[in-house]
Amino acid sequence: MASDLWRPEATLSTLRLRAELLAQIRAFFVARGVLEVETPILSAAAIPDPHLASFSTRYAGPGPLDGRALYLHTSPEFAMKRLLAAGSGCIYQIARVFRLGEAGRRHNPEFTLLEWYRVGFDHHQLMAEVAELVNQLLTDRLPLTQEVEWSRYRALFQHYLQINPQQAGIAELAACATAHGVSIPPGMPTDDADPWLDLLLTHCIEPQLGQGRLTFVYDYPASQAALARLRPDDPAVGERFELYLNGIELANGFHELGDATEQRRRFERENTVRQELDLPVMPLDERLLAALESGLPDCAGVALGFDRLVMLAAGADSLSAVLAFPLDRA
Amino acid sequence: MAMYSTNEFKSGLKIMLDGDPYTIVENEFVKPGKGQAFNRVKVRNLKTGRTIERTFKSGDTAEGADVVDVELQYLYNDGEHWHFMDQQSYEQLTADAAAVSDAAKWLKEEAICQVTLWNGIPLSVAAPNFVIMTIVETDPGLRGDTSGGGGKPATLETGAVVRVPLFVQSGEVIKVDTRTGEYVSRVKE
Repeated sequence: MASDLWRPEATLSTLRLRAELLAQIRAFFVARGVLEVETPILSAAAIPDPHLASFSTRYAGPGPLDGRALYLHTSPEFAMKRLLAAGSGCIYQIARVFRLGEAGRRHNPEFTLLEWYRVGFDHHQLMAEVAELVNQLLTDRLPLTQEVEWSRYRALFQHYLQINPQQAGIAELAACATAHGVSIPPGMPTDDADPWLDLLLTHCIEPQLGQGRLTFVYDYPASQAALARLRPDDPAVGERFELYLNGIELANGFHELGDATEQRRRFERENTVRQELDLPVMPLDERLLAALESGLPDCAGVALGFDRLVMLAAGADSLSAVLAFPLDRA
Repeated sequence: MAMYSTNEFKSGLKIMLDGDPYTIVENEFVKPGKGQAFNRVKVRNLKTGRTIERTFKSGDTAEGADVVDVELQYLYNDGEHWHFMDQQSYEQLTADAAAVSDAAKWLKEEAICQVTLWNGIPLSVAAPNFVIMTIVETDPGLRGDTSGGGGKPATLETGAVVRVPLFVQSGEVIKVDTRTGEYVSRVKE
């Protein structure tokens, strides 16, 4: 048994499929004049999102960073935004990214993200482009209706669970979970609705999304805007979107927040939450904030899980089936 | 008892929930695009056999359950309890009706059974997959019928009733699959 762990887990035909999809993606962006870029995996700063854990390492060697902690990026977002602010125009990257603690049937702590930014696009225009690319990549590989489904986050909860996610209190969210047969995890917060919404989304809604067609969810609650700009609707929403296919989350995108002050405020709030949760406080990316200060062009960006795309294209049921060497063989 | 983080969850791990011991049947890590990650587990109650779903926030912990499977030899039933012996240590353990449950009708003295212990006390007893038993009573079947089709009830020495082919007679010894309760074959003594 153990002696077989030197072998790749993915079949050679799956590895050829990976290569074909990568080539098709590059052709798609070349045809549109989107520039391929590469940015560092290691950074002296890290994302403070309390739900993301960064691998860290210590640099030893010449230069002022000697002895300093460096973090493996969880996405190339910050560096790519610095390129955008420097006038790169539309860019894409196929990057290996790293997330501590994420392992399972659809997670590997090291995975491949396709991330791209379109200058002058809002999240609706970018969603249309994502749909075009994914439909093009998957059409001949699995049963897929070209017609795309769109749903606001709020409408999604109203449709599947008959609740308003931006108004429901904790008691109502808990009752909704119980009514749908979801056991309430111990230690759920009593003052923060977002983990409850995440519970309902992952358990009751996500498995039903995007059956045989692309489903985009957009306009998230302001508290879940992440790096998206807010639109002052009533209540305000984050101009963020997610793409689902066959119950699997494939991509997350933003109409990008360009306001340096607001970005710093969000980072600091996330670090405060980290402190409350006894998680390490992350060094803020001052170079990203300086880039935003100097001016990020109006743009939308998206990160798409390439391995999950391959998994769908290959008709596989787990991420490890499309990785040459998943974590346990790495 | 040890505490287990959700990172250590895997099928077969025994944990305590609401005061009862459970075994993890399935463990799935789920996480929305951004936000709280969860471990969604299917667990089987080792006392009742019922399987339920539970969800933990990823990174949280659960108390381990002191549950082990051991092979014990069945000795006898005193009318209320079933007595077993560990063949290595000669230690004797008693199991109650709730633990023995459906296995009772398949237990013949000296049978080696898999017994699940919780804090050292038998929680459940699994009869051997196959048992050899003598038929104490069955209607005389039609002579010459060897097809086995249809069949008839036969009472075994432990009181268990199984369907046997018509040609099988009282006093004969048969092999039974205890998992299905079905007759397998006659056994020549």
